[in-house]
Amino acid sequence: MDPKRKKDCHDSGESTRVASTFPDEVLERVLALVKSHKDRSSVSLVCKDWYDAERWSRTHVFIGNCYSVSPEIVVRRFPNVRSVTLKGKPRFSDFNLVPPNWGADIRCWLVVFAAKYRCLEELRLKRMTVSDESLEFLALSFPNFKALLLHSCDGFSTDGLAAIATHCKNLTELNIQENDIYDKSGCWLSCFPENFTSLEVLNFAYLNNDVNFEALERLVSRCKSLNVLKVNKNITLEQLQRLLICAPKLTELGTGSFLPELTDRQYSELKRSFSICSNLNVLSGLSEATALYLPALYPACTNLTFLNLSDAALQSEEFAKLLVHCPRLRRLWVLDTVEDKGLEAVGSNCPLLEELRVFPSDPYEEGIVHGVTESGFIAVSYGCRRLHYVLYFCRQMTNAAVETIVQNCPDFTHFRLCIMTPCQPDYRTNEPMDKAFCAVVKTCTKLRRLAVSGLLTDMTFEYIGKYAKNLETLSVAFAGSSDWGMQCVLGGCRKLRKLEIRDCPFGNAALLSGFEKYESMRSLWMSDCKVTMNGCRFLAKEMPRLNVEVMKEDGSDDSQADKVYVYRSVAGPRRDAPPFVLTL
Amino acid sequence: MERAVNYGGDDLNLEATELRLGLPGSDGLEKQSSPGVRTNKRASPDVAEDSRSKSNNSIVSDAGNGGRDTAPPPKAQVVGWPPIRSFRRNSFQAKKSDEADGAGMYVKVSMDGAPYLRKVDLKLYKSYPELLKALEHMFKFTIGEYSEREGYDGSEYVPTYEDKEGDWMLVGDVPWDMFISSCKKLRIMKGSETSSLGCL
Repeated sequence: MDPKRKKDCHDSGESTRVASTFPDEVLERVLALVKSHKDRSSVSLVCKDWYDAERWSRTHVFIGNCYSVSPEIVVRRFPNVRSVTLKGKPRFSDFNLVPPNWGADIRCWLVVFAAKYRCLEELRLKRMTVSDESLEFLALSFPNFKALLLHSCDGFSTDGLAAIATHCKNLTELNIQENDIYDKSGCWLSCFPENFTSLEVLNFAYLNNDVNFEALERLVSRCKSLNVLKVNKNITLEQLQRLLICAPKLTELGTGSFLPELTDRQYSELKRSFSICSNLNVLSGLSEATALYLPALYPACTNLTFLNLSDAALQSEEFAKLLVHCPRLRRLWVLDTVEDKGLEAVGSNCPLLEELRVFPSDPYEEGIVHGVTESGFIAVSYGCRRLHYVLYFCRQMTNAAVETIVQNCPDFTHFRLCIMTPCQPDYRTNEPMDKAFCAVVKTCTKLRRLAVSGLLTDMTFEYIGKYAKNLETLSVAFAGSSDWGMQCVLGGCRKLRKLEIRDCPFGNAALLSGFEKYESMRSLWMSDCKVTMNGCRFLAKEMPRLNVEVMKEDGSDDSQADKVYVYRSVAGPRRDAPPFVLTL
Repeated sequence: MERAVNYGGDDLNLEATELRLGLPGSDGLEKQSSPGVRTNKRASPDVAEDSRSKSNNSIVSDAGNGGRDTAPPPKAQVVGWPPIRSFRRNSFQAKKSDEADGAGMYVKVSMDGAPYLRKVDLKLYKSYPELLKALEHMFKFTIGEYSEREGYDGSEYVPTYEDKEGDWMLVGDVPWDMFISSCKKLRIMKGSETSSLGCL
């Protein structure tokens, strides 16, 4: 299909237009500048002319739930798309709550795209199943293909990557993030042809096997526009240093393990290489970094805005010393090995910090556990007043601490607190953590995403329903006292789009109280709650435009609906559901 | 793996170990003790095995770190909790098994004049004084005071080691962490030979 085809040819004979409207060329030109997909949705609802102009000018499509629409519908509405973002499985599949072979296979999409979107350039997938055959099909079907991002996907191996490297002559981005990949061997990297030079982004940080280093070095040398390079743990420090020399213009670097095995001379060469990398904004990796070798990095940290230490088990002292060199930090991901002392250093050294994520180094408590407490969080809130995104795993928390934190930082848009022992109360007062989250929703009026934890009664959910008017995503686990809690949320949170619940005492009354609301939401997930099959059947019957899917667990009662996934769809029930997914 | 199940109010009377979800009925203000093993009507046979293998890991890692407190028994796990992605879990488990590796870091120690060599596990020590004390004890001798300028003063014995590049170095010059990663063997030099170290 000719992407430049004008609307006139398509719509001749349509109803007459009012003379004072914009000519199509102008309208399409203007709309081409509208990038946000939410804005584009609004534009398309204005009138039929605008709907048509919008659909012809849209080049990027974002589909938050691959089952909400079919590929045929997408290509019919948007003929000129060059870039597609697709999300598949429910988010709780990240935590093993969704059995394998659930679906979200990219294959049927690729087949349709190959027919209608010959000019497809970019594909960004999250939680989809992608086979090697699909990757090969992709590589062969789209001659102009440029960017592939696979995030939390499964089903492929390094053979699929080899196909991409071999056939995609114009590739600029190969971004393999955090996937469940069968790493057969490192030869895929050698498949990039010797005359291939267009790569700008290469991320293979989470692949486990060795890659052919000489091939990597040659690739990095000849791709002069490379600005993002994230290597895996098997790249040694010495090899990393050689790569840095080839690519001093990097803006994002993943260092691999940073395993120290250097002589003094090598160490000073490494430090010199880092001092040449003055453009680094993003740094990650460092999984084996020790206090001894971290100083080599200091020269490269001045312009860092995002430091991802979630693979590096740093202690508070070396972490604090590193932070002194990172004054411009806006995003920080760390492990709780840095402890409260480390977080105090964050508060002291990073006044521009906007996002903090603290991950647990020992989630199953197999050793002596320390981690972070409420004090660390409080310290950050005093020093980093611009903080608006937090993900915090801890083992103890108090209501008073959270109240202080949100007073210091009222602009939270994303507040995700995980007190790791389910149903744990305020450890000082032994009260439920209701007051904490009440403070969050009352104070943080811009809150869009909330994850709650600890011992919580329905009061938390009453407050969420009453105050969290901008809330779009809510995650709940082991909380609440009765159906009333969930009813408050469904009744009060006008902008709610995603609700995911596990192990809560919410039953049919709660489920059904929202049945009109679900059509304005992307999806609802409820697992190990008190919902029954009859409740789900009733919902399915009343709301034909919702897909109501149930997965039962082995040995469970016939009437229990163990896992419920409800989502709106214009594509009707899934045609590819495996036997364990019951569509009601 | 276990899942927590809320059957609050049933007649099994398992309050002692049962973890409640939320605050069912009249037990609203009951103190929540930290959950140990949760009872579960749908326990699968995998649960016990998982718990056992995990407790084995923690025992091995404690032994390998000689002198640490015994870790508390591992908590029974709930599927998908805490909510962290599997790629993070896998990398920590790999790290843990590295630490739990009981093989240690044994290097040969020779002492001039002694009829046979010994072996020490460098991982057992956290600093030079600890190592040197152990060597003194093992070979029944005394090492002098260390200073950066003079080396070891006050005794005819000098501890040296062979590094990765095959050179014989004086023990104590480089940071401890760097030492244990590059030390291949130890030799305690004695008497007249030590004078040749004056050039170091």
